[in-house]
Amino acid sequence: MARNVNFDLNHPLMEAGLESPVDEEVVHNSFNQLIAEQSQNELTDAFELQQLQRDLDEEGQDNVPYLSSPDYRERLQGQREDEWQDDERQTDPIRGEHWSSATLKILSSMPSRTIGRSRGAIISQYYNRTMQLRRRRQSRPSIRDFSRSARPSIRGYGMEGDCTDTEVTKRERLVNNLQNLSVSDRVRMLRAMPLSVAEKSELRTLALQKERRIFSGSQIPCCSQLKYYIIIAVRQSWYSWLSFLHSLHLWQVALKRVSGRFGTGVLSYFLFLKTLLFFNLFLFLVTGAFLVLPQAVHPPVLPAVKRSFSGLELLTGAGYLSDTVMYYGYYCNYTLHRSCRDDGREQNISLSNGTRLDCMSKHLSYNMPLAYFFTIGVAFFITCIILVYSMSKSFGQSFRIDKSHSILAVKVFCSWDFKVIKKTSVKLMSENICTQLKELLAEVNHKHVKNTGCQKVWRLTVQGIAWAICIAGTICCVIGIYFFSHYMHKNLQQTSRSPLASQNALLNEASLLALPVVVSLINLLLPGLFNLAAWMEDYESPSVCTYVAIGRNLMLKVSVLCVLCYHWLGRVAADLNHFMCWESFVGQELYRFLLMDFIFTLLDTLLGEFLWRLFSMRVLKRRRKPVFDIARNVLELIYGQTLAWLGVLFTPLLPVVQLIKLLLLFYIKKSSVMMNCQAPRKPYRVSQMTTIFITLLCFPSFLGASVCVTYTMWSITPSSSCGPFRGLKTMFQAGKRWVEELEKDNPNLSVLARAHSYLVENPFFLFVGAGIFLIVIYFHSQVVDGQRKIISLLQEQIENEGEDKKFLITRLQSIHEQKRTPARRLTSQDSS
Amino acid sequence: MGNKQTTFTEEQLEAYQDCTFFTRKEILRLHGRYRELAPHLVPLDYTNNPDIRVPLTLIVTMPELKENPFRDRIVETFSEDGQGNLSFNDFVDMFSALCETSPRELKTIYAFKIYDFNRDNFICKQDLEKTVNKLTKGELSPEEVTLVCDKAIEEADLDGDSKLSFSDFENMISKAPDFLSNFHVRI
Repeated sequence: MARNVNFDLNHPLMEAGLESPVDEEVVHNSFNQLIAEQSQNELTDAFELQQLQRDLDEEGQDNVPYLSSPDYRERLQGQREDEWQDDERQTDPIRGEHWSSATLKILSSMPSRTIGRSRGAIISQYYNRTMQLRRRRQSRPSIRDFSRSARPSIRGYGMEGDCTDTEVTKRERLVNNLQNLSVSDRVRMLRAMPLSVAEKSELRTLALQKERRIFSGSQIPCCSQLKYYIIIAVRQSWYSWLSFLHSLHLWQVALKRVSGRFGTGVLSYFLFLKTLLFFNLFLFLVTGAFLVLPQAVHPPVLPAVKRSFSGLELLTGAGYLSDTVMYYGYYCNYTLHRSCRDDGREQNISLSNGTRLDCMSKHLSYNMPLAYFFTIGVAFFITCIILVYSMSKSFGQSFRIDKSHSILAVKVFCSWDFKVIKKTSVKLMSENICTQLKELLAEVNHKHVKNTGCQKVWRLTVQGIAWAICIAGTICCVIGIYFFSHYMHKNLQQTSRSPLASQNALLNEASLLALPVVVSLINLLLPGLFNLAAWMEDYESPSVCTYVAIGRNLMLKVSVLCVLCYHWLGRVAADLNHFMCWESFVGQELYRFLLMDFIFTLLDTLLGEFLWRLFSMRVLKRRRKPVFDIARNVLELIYGQTLAWLGVLFTPLLPVVQLIKLLLLFYIKKSSVMMNCQAPRKPYRVSQMTTIFITLLCFPSFLGASVCVTYTMWSITPSSSCGPFRGLKTMFQAGKRWVEELEKDNPNLSVLARAHSYLVENPFFLFVGAGIFLIVIYFHSQVVDGQRKIISLLQEQIENEGEDKKFLITRLQSIHEQKRTPARRLTSQDSS
Repeated sequence: MGNKQTTFTEEQLEAYQDCTFFTRKEILRLHGRYRELAPHLVPLDYTNNPDIRVPLTLIVTMPELKENPFRDRIVETFSEDGQGNLSFNDFVDMFSALCETSPRELKTIYAFKIYDFNRDNFICKQDLEKTVNKLTKGELSPEEVTLVCDKAIEEADLDGDSKLSFSDFENMISKAPDFLSNFHVRI
């Protein structure tokens, strides 16, 4: 905003700027020292002028013997210095009186000095912002909003011709702007203003008053009055919905206690758990409403053999539970109808696909295969959108385009976690910050100690060995799982074929647990090996260490899941001779895996945290409790969630199991953390880590699960004797068949069918889509590069502006000084 | 349903909801917290906006602020009289600015005011030294503190006046993604 600053030095009483700071009694003295330093040089010129004058005066008094004595020069020098000091002392009070206050008053009125400080500056800043917002929202603000003093030629550009407005008119204009914004914009502007609540509510009242006055007028057409009432009603309902949501907020007190004791790092684990809970809740609601409920209300004809309930079902998921609504095999493949006669069950005797019953009165019909297909598809699609949205939001918050050079300043200002309220944790945190500051100082002072070539090679070798150990361990375990699963599969085939099957039924079922136990054991023990390898090598910064640990754990889990998916989809699904219902079997396997994962996490909490704490405090005599390993625990959560997503297709009730598991896990982990752990010692970059975890949830985890599910739906033949897709070539055909039926009934929809066959089934479309996507990403990365360059240019400009300011101030001072010294010289001449 | 409260009028509650980041329930809860600091001083009925201020010494006994090294500065920044005596409006303002949904810019402005101990609209070297001493509770030696302050100003000062103005501070904070999550008090 252009402003006129009066540089007229003859103006006796300079106004302290246009908007004086509200509570500033002390005049700025920021540039005082600077001016003093710089103007020493300028002063020498002025003093030399004076000196010359004095010499000219002295010339008339020649004293030959005095002049010829050897120490005359010294005395002259001394005299000169005395006079110099006299001059200085003479001008000092002058400088103190007139210079600094005038110049500093100018400086204090500069816009950059009053940001966030004076009410007037805030109001004008927000006036500009509301103006910009209005201009963005509509094409042009209405003519009557312009002040009369605006010149006609610049009307419409928001330029203010006259800037000497008082605070009151600025306030009026701000209120005017606020009133013309939409409700949500107004609320957002009001909330973001750095004014006190009392002033904000005054502004709001004024804005609403005007609104009410306008709307109470009778000239307003009734439709906009109606619109006004609708807006008010919507706002009221939105606020009550927010209050309701807030009262539902899970675990507020628990999270506050955790954050009060451990800080934001450990809190992020629990917040991640809460996020996963909501994802599973959403999945449960969708599948429950569209799949489980209809099928539960219309149960199909059950097979003759009804198994009894023994306790083992809860662990294996098989037995009694295998013929319940929990698994894929229970769902029927025809359209469900409401009963048209009293004996409802009889009507649902299985018929061939898609044929309708005879009683055709207008009752609700529910096409089960289609519902199954679309529910799973839509649930995954919505989850994908939510994940990508939260990932990009988190990324936007934590990604910074240019590298931060101000590490020490950031550490001083941004490292104190205001959430921590427990005394011992606060003490720990300040010790941590102290250590980090010392380390940073050492780093900044001594720069980088250059490693010798020999040390570098040694380091690389050690790291190479550690990586080799980790990769070898992972490969061994993966191959082990591959062969073990093959063995278990063969075992199962043999036992089901042999006549002794019914005798050792329980034992056979229990043997199903072997594979999950082995996999969970590997997941528990191998990270220990990775920790050992990490202890052996030595990374420069702790963040690199964390990333390496996450990378290794991720590699393990991804490879384990890959081999398991191959086992289920490649081996089990293809083995149609044996399994009557491979989907239910895979669903049961996933249930078992999820449950074993939970049990082993409990074991890990017990052994890893509780017993380790006892051990380290009693036996190893360490003063500190063990540290809660956030990264490893979050990866465990992601692994569990991947299993849940993989299993939704085969087990629509798996999200419920995952939900219960997460609820229990929250309380167990919370009590364990409170009892056994302490806050991490190493600096933990919360927002970066949260972004990484959400990205890991989206990319390997959700993407892998959706790829598997899509592959299953697209290419694998469903089993022919159970499930909603029996008899079809692929699950996908259910959708296709429905489209064909629609086309048959209504020939106008053939367009839809043709579009479907061109777009969805044609791989060419996918290639083109992927190509466009990659090109868009490339363009965006170029834009980011350009922005980086602009940022460095702007920084240079800021530095140059600083230099300009210094220059202008010193010139100001020197001009002022020059104007004063002739005046003083004249007065001294007059007096002498 | 819970509408039978007599602490505030509906108009007041709506104004609070529009001007702060709190919902209705949270504002009533905040009033409860405010009242329990000084039950004899703070009335239950706020419908006519009584001008009551709770002194600094009582506010800093709150568990959320008790162990915070910057508690005095935080309370002083949000008080209208600058001495740390908070009215209920100031109290709500303080926790609203420090809450989770408060935008980055607002938090930056208030952080700058908090760290500016001598209130001259600059973070000068003395302010920084006080900040570092409060952070480390005297664990660093004075030479180290001076060194830290010098280096910090050197890094963050863009226009070369060896003080941090608001734009320098804002620029530095914009590079720190953890600022938002750290500068947050849960109430």
